[in-house]
Amino acid sequence: FISDCYFHCISLLTLAPVYYVNSNSVAQKIYVEVNNTVPCVRLLNATHQIGCQSSISGDTGVIHVLESEADLEWPLTKGPNPPYMILLESHLFTRSIMMKIKKESSRIAGVTVVVPNTSPSEFSPHTTCPNENTGVYSDTYGPHLAHCNTTVWNPLGNGLSYEEFDFPVFSLKEDKQAEAIKQCYYDHNRVVNGSAPQYPLCAMQLFSHMFAVTDTATCMRRNDVINFSINPEMVCDPLGDFNVWGSIRPYNRSQLGHRDNESVVMAAARLDSRAFFWDVSTGAEGSISGFVTLLAAAHALRDVTQVAPPTHNILFAFFQGEAFDYIGSSRMVYDMQNGKFVIDLDNVHSLLEIGQVGLRNGSDLFLHSDPVSRMNDTVNDQVREHERYRCSLIHRHHSSATGANFSLVEPGVSQPLPPSSLQRFLRAQNIPGIVLADHRAAFNNKYYESYYDNADNLNLRYPPNMTAEEQLEFLTDTAMALTEVATVVARALYKQAGGDGTQVDNIKADSKTVTQMLFGFLVQANNSWFQALIPPELKDMLSLLLLIPPDFYVGVASSSPAKAKPLTRLVQFLLANLTGTATNLTQDQCQKPDDLPDESVQMYSYLWVQGTVPHNGTEKGPFCVRASVRLSQALSPAFDLGEYASRNYSTWTESRWKFIKARIFLVASRDLEMLTLGVGVAVLFSSLLVTYFISTKADVLFSSAREPASAAY
Amino acid sequence: MRVLSCSDADMYEQCSVSPFAIGFSTVASPPRRKDSIKVMHPPTSNTTTFNWAFFWLCSLLLSSLVWFITVQISNKDSSSQQKGLLIFGVVLSVLLQETFRFGYYKLLKKANEGLLMLSSEETMPISIQQLAYVSGLGFGFMSGAFSVVNILADSVGPGTIGIHGDSQHYFLSSAFMTMAIILLHMFWGVVFFDACEKQLWWSLAVVVSSHLLVSCLTFQNPQYVGSLVPTYIIMFLMGLWAFVCAGGSLRNLKFCLTCKDKDFLLAHHRPR
Repeated sequence: FISDCYFHCISLLTLAPVYYVNSNSVAQKIYVEVNNTVPCVRLLNATHQIGCQSSISGDTGVIHVLESEADLEWPLTKGPNPPYMILLESHLFTRSIMMKIKKESSRIAGVTVVVPNTSPSEFSPHTTCPNENTGVYSDTYGPHLAHCNTTVWNPLGNGLSYEEFDFPVFSLKEDKQAEAIKQCYYDHNRVVNGSAPQYPLCAMQLFSHMFAVTDTATCMRRNDVINFSINPEMVCDPLGDFNVWGSIRPYNRSQLGHRDNESVVMAAARLDSRAFFWDVSTGAEGSISGFVTLLAAAHALRDVTQVAPPTHNILFAFFQGEAFDYIGSSRMVYDMQNGKFVIDLDNVHSLLEIGQVGLRNGSDLFLHSDPVSRMNDTVNDQVREHERYRCSLIHRHHSSATGANFSLVEPGVSQPLPPSSLQRFLRAQNIPGIVLADHRAAFNNKYYESYYDNADNLNLRYPPNMTAEEQLEFLTDTAMALTEVATVVARALYKQAGGDGTQVDNIKADSKTVTQMLFGFLVQANNSWFQALIPPELKDMLSLLLLIPPDFYVGVASSSPAKAKPLTRLVQFLLANLTGTATNLTQDQCQKPDDLPDESVQMYSYLWVQGTVPHNGTEKGPFCVRASVRLSQALSPAFDLGEYASRNYSTWTESRWKFIKARIFLVASRDLEMLTLGVGVAVLFSSLLVTYFISTKADVLFSSAREPASAAY
Repeated sequence: MRVLSCSDADMYEQCSVSPFAIGFSTVASPPRRKDSIKVMHPPTSNTTTFNWAFFWLCSLLLSSLVWFITVQISNKDSSSQQKGLLIFGVVLSVLLQETFRFGYYKLLKKANEGLLMLSSEETMPISIQQLAYVSGLGFGFMSGAFSVVNILADSVGPGTIGIHGDSQHYFLSSAFMTMAIILLHMFWGVVFFDACEKQLWWSLAVVVSSHLLVSCLTFQNPQYVGSLVPTYIIMFLMGLWAFVCAGGSLRNLKFCLTCKDKDFLLAHHRPR
């Protein structure tokens, strides 16, 4: 005890500024911090709040490891020491259990999910009908197709991501820490023969207090109010990021709005995905398969469009935020409608979207189109022409498929479009469009928008005992399959854009590029190929920000393109390197190309990238890439218009929080605490009494010393 | 999205004040036993308490510095060496405290003589026993504060000690130990000053050695019984000794308890 005192004294006297850090040797005896936890955060939209919330000083509960669904009885009804903190294995993280816990949430302090390294057989926390309210199908347009009346796209979806929980839900990886927590439970909290365990009990405290409540309109209003106070503190931020777009022939970015005689073939894919827990979404099949294919197709088209340019321009668009009611595509459509984009909706010839194409399993690809616009039998030249274009699109897909070992099939005419960015374009204007997917009806993806939609889901396998660099170069089967799709897409786009028919067979996607992209996005982003594509100042971005597993959640919107998400910037640089040309400009010229006669910042973007180190060791060094690749803001128009309760646009926002952490410790029984308090109070009163007694009788008590006291000292 | 504002995280942890904290603090700091309610005329008494507290703080600072320097010089990995250093640090601190106590006694004596010369009264305004008591109290108060504040701060929170296998009764034992130390310092103060007055060097040696003994007993922790029981025995013995030194006797105690104190005072013509 005294030795503790000395430690404290030293720290107090000599290290006073770091008092909080050093003098908690007692705190270290009490609390064990739990690191690497992933919380579930609160998201809000026009009408609801979803996600999880803890109280402001954290939620404490006695740990209970759930062994089966029947075991729920103990924490929910029978257990004598509420509130409980339930520790779940991932196979028990189901809708029925979570709903039961939600009903009795007064006895539950929180839930922790232990996530194993292997995936369960199926799990999708998303809804069965993704983005059903912001697609093209509504009561006025194809009502029999709206709300998944005919085809349920995600039948395995349990909708957990869209539920509201008023207790914190955290996830832990299955490692030593999780083992230690379970061991603490087995040592102290085990229920033996139905009798209550003895104190002290092992407990856990979770902190994830979210500031925003109710819905987006409320929290945006509070943001505005708070801005006038002395200490401005926002409570929520809109979700959003930047879309990446590029074209074969460049557009002058200062000329916005309609362009006469311009007809552009658009090709689109989505970039983002989400999961139940914050910031751990991978979206291998859900989004990566699509945009990697499109990147490869763009790369395949680079050379042939230089040699034999097609009649129409081709524009590649990569949309962010599609998981949250089509943030990116709705914004681009809005910009096109209001003349804030380089082209107009009238300039769009047709749109080809690459959906989920990774789980083909050697079988066919499906061409989804919107039946309502095809059924429109108004005898109108334009509609007829669009129909002709549509048929020709399909015809072209079929013809380019010959030579590939799969065919392109149309699903039934009465089937609606799957959730896709094309739906937002159709909402604005009747554009012929096709969505390419590997599923005829319901998704092949068993882990749609979940943490398990990772490399394993795409069957991305590498031989054992390979270094990272060897794995980067290795041609996986998944990569070969996606390369075939990319070739088909590239050829179809070329022919759709009126390119020379004889050149089509020269268009082939590069499987090495595809496999390198898949490795980078799904296994390890910090590899030599990605490093070569980015500028030197972003070198650390790959290692710091794209962690394992890499995360593709859209996140909160930022105002400048320099602060776009790492994934978005990586796709921007990839597209630039794959469709642009390397130039001889120096670094200074690359920053200010307008000084040179042939270069123009209005037409192209100039990016200074690190460059590769070829195998023979001679460093190629950094160089300047000139590409017609740009970023355009992907923030829902609802926030620009101030319509926070809009039904037409995405209104998703993410709450802010102060800190998120978890810790475990032992709790003492209430009886012991009260005993301590009682003893303390008793000692207090008895010493007061004794003091009073002694002080009043002091003259008598200490009299024998007073008699010789008059002697002077 | 995170808020990058400047409030500290710990504030939220300590929102839940456990009853432990309250009980713990009341056990550890009993009010002054003697003369707390009566107003004392000379101003020296109140200042003495704080002066002595400051002196104790100085002694502790000095011993801490010595310990800190030796730790920096030593081999940090060898745990036996660290333990040895700790024992050395404790012994050094006890000796320094007693030295400072002696030094303060000398200072007070000189100050009192000076005050006596200046004032017009014949007797000392404050008796040496009262000075001793007040000094001991100041000392005990500061020692108790140092011992208790850190532990109190960490006990505010939902958890209790034990997850690494330590005993649950840490807080309670700390509190009782602190109480014993504070009272002991008071008794030591009285005995020490009395011994200095009467030149009884063996009493002085007993005080110093009992202080050393109590401090070293704490190395018995976490066997709290082993450290608390002997400490309380020593405390009672020192308390009796201090009572006798301060002028108490069994006879006086009997008078007080049987409420014959009024008769005693009348017999001796003493005002209350």
